[in-house]
Amino acid sequence: MNLLLEGIAWILDPANWTGAGSIPERIAQHLAISATVLLIAAFIALPVGMFVGHTGRGKELAVMVSGGLRALPTLGLLTLLALWLGIGLQAPIIALVVLALPPLLAGAYSGLESVDRRTIDAARAMGMREGQIVGKVEVPLGMPIIVGGIRSATLQIVATATLAAYIADEGLGRYIFAGLKTRDYAEMLGGSILVILLALAIDGVFAITQRLVVPAGVQATRTRELRSRPTRPRAVVGQPITEGNRE
Amino acid sequence: MNWLWSNLDLVGELMLVHLALSVPAIILSFVISIPIGWIAHRQRWSRGVLLALCGLLYAIPSLPLLIALPVFTGQRTTSPINLMFALTLYGIAVIVRTAADAFDAVEPDVRQSATAVGYSATGRFWGVELPLAGPVLLSGLRVVIVSTVSLATIGAVIGVQSLGSLFTDGLQRGIQAEIITGIVATMVLAIGLDWASVAIGRLLMPWSRPNANTSKAASTTLVKAADTL
Repeated sequence: MNLLLEGIAWILDPANWTGAGSIPERIAQHLAISATVLLIAAFIALPVGMFVGHTGRGKELAVMVSGGLRALPTLGLLTLLALWLGIGLQAPIIALVVLALPPLLAGAYSGLESVDRRTIDAARAMGMREGQIVGKVEVPLGMPIIVGGIRSATLQIVATATLAAYIADEGLGRYIFAGLKTRDYAEMLGGSILVILLALAIDGVFAITQRLVVPAGVQATRTRELRSRPTRPRAVVGQPITEGNRE
Repeated sequence: MNWLWSNLDLVGELMLVHLALSVPAIILSFVISIPIGWIAHRQRWSRGVLLALCGLLYAIPSLPLLIALPVFTGQRTTSPINLMFALTLYGIAVIVRTAADAFDAVEPDVRQSATAVGYSATGRFWGVELPLAGPVLLSGLRVVIVSTVSLATIGAVIGVQSLGSLFTDGLQRGIQAEIITGIVATMVLAIGLDWASVAIGRLLMPWSRPNANTSKAASTTLVKAADTL
């Protein structure tokens, strides 16, 4: 437990809160990398996932791609990209985007797929255009699951952004690797505690968001189902390779 | 390719080390999770708490966990036991949830019939509930197998030997083939273990063949649900 106190003392040490490489600066870097990656990944995965969920076309392919991507060891991808692209932020960002795609894709298509077919038929019968069906019916009803996918992706990104420090001088992971090099356990532990707190805080925010986005009309029937969902994606069963990696 | 041929010994050895790290963690987490999942299923009040704890555990990033765990276990950060411990915790976080769902999926009618024909509580668990929960438990186990095998590579950055060492070593020495070999070997290991678990599942649960016509709609739905997310 003394070790824990040392770690906490390291976090509270005023010297670590100012200057270059201070805790606030590292947290900001960590969040900036994570947000950038999430935006890029969401821009790619959400439209594709919604297309698959709405039309039902290409589902096998989407399941296969996301399953295969999950089996890929992140550290392997990260080091390979670093070798190709050199030291810097480029390699971690690409690796993190690849990592974030499966949960986003799965969340988007299973969110849209979870909408009762009869509801969609009713919307169509009322004269809604396909675009309206997606925007006004499927997305709102599937929102909790879509947000669930974003939650998994974000957690994965925040966790793995720690590894980015292995390649680039960015983010909270820097403390871990710096402490590792100088055998300064307090610094490693302090950095680790910060990452863990950050991840738990983000998870908490998403847990609340996930409840809030449930449309009022379906609240009673939805809440239970939501809770039984994993906070991280599960594998695609029935396929040899699946679930994956966290970083 | 040349790199691989001249380093086959190393790769083989690391695969064994990797297996020795991940297989005990997978088995331990499976064995530990079943009673916890059963409690979550039996005691309504405990379900929310247990599953929330598992969710939190799963949200903890792995590299920081590897570094923070020794505070509680007294192990060295770089010891394989420490890594195995972390892998077991993640496994538990996944399987407990699946196990609770799996036991929930056993139909109450079946459970009551078992009691009616004279099963004791223990006999019913081993003879009825556990076998019927089997297919869903297996789906959870498969998730854990793949994630554990790939997660075990992370230890390499703090100095725990595994197939991940090929990544860190390959990066330092600039050998692309070494990293690619590591990626492929990790995936091969994951797929191999996954197949092994399916084969064992078929042997132990001959009734759960994919084409078997079962009335257990509930458990099929759950396996499918595990599919999507």
